[in-house]
Amino acid sequence: MDLINIIEIIVSILLVVMAFLAINSKSLIKSVMYLSSLSMLAVVGFVIMKAPDVAGTEAVIGSGLVTSLFVFTLLAVRKVGKEQ
Amino acid sequence: MKNFLALLLTLFLGYMIIASLSNNEAFPKYGEADVSSRVSQRYIDRNVTENPGEVLYGEATNLESGSANTIAAIVTDYRSFDTLGEVTVLTVSALGVALLLGGAKQSRIELNFKPNFMLRVGSRALFGIILMTGMYISIHGHLTPGGGFPGGSMIASSLLLLYLADDEFRANIKGVKVIQSVAGSAYVIAGLLGLFIGTYFLENLLDTAVLGDLFSAGMIPIIYVLIGFKVGSEISRIIDNFLTEESV
Repeated sequence: MDLINIIEIIVSILLVVMAFLAINSKSLIKSVMYLSSLSMLAVVGFVIMKAPDVAGTEAVIGSGLVTSLFVFTLLAVRKVGKEQ
Repeated sequence: MKNFLALLLTLFLGYMIIASLSNNEAFPKYGEADVSSRVSQRYIDRNVTENPGEVLYGEATNLESGSANTIAAIVTDYRSFDTLGEVTVLTVSALGVALLLGGAKQSRIELNFKPNFMLRVGSRALFGIILMTGMYISIHGHLTPGGGFPGGSMIASSLLLLYLADDEFRANIKGVKVIQSVAGSAYVIAGLLGLFIGTYFLENLLDTAVLGDLFSAGMIPIIYVLIGFKVGSEISRIIDNFLTEESV
């Protein structure tokens, strides 16, 4: 078995684990971080599957923009919750 | 119990997908597909309408699509009309966000967090690097993987970094609107030029030069830079709409 196969298997298992943690973690901010790492692992998967175009887009959108948007939303929502 | 049922359902669905795809004629194993019998091979060999013989990197000239990156050749040349539709979808979604969240007298939303010194300085330092990477990816879309869509998103994410670093910062939204409109119109005008001067919509009018050069592939780099500007300005505007609110 090549090194690339081993990396593939590790990435696939970690993808499933990260998805499970993203759904089931109690803290929302941790959930967002797990989602971000899921995107980052998906980038590795895309590169292994020889799709660098998709990998670049996924890296920017998935783990950059979407994560920061979620974080901003969480920061904005908590403020209102405290005031009430 | 709920989790257990969900696990069972997921395993069942996963088994169904794998069972239906293995031993399927239309879905060969990874790396074993016979690409030469598919349409994609014709895009790689650039012999959709004419037969140029063997295509060599750095030597072949005057191909029907002169982009070294085959994906760019498909996205902005062979199937450029689809890309125009994609850009339109993005425009409409940005319009929807602006309709719902935009309004007069906008100010930054108050976040429960103040950026500290390290975050401010680090973001300013990273901003230029990310912006330049986005520009580079947009401009070299016809040579390397990437292109207008990831490049434009990178430009927008560098702006987002500035929003994160400074809780008073706002982009020049009027300028962003101008860039968005000009880039979008220029794409359609480039298409119409093909229709008027050439024979069909979005025809590649310019000389395609040597495959693999920076100044090659005719209209493809121009269109990709336009898409980069369009996507970057649109996502910046969406970000601005999300992070501002109407001041009372």
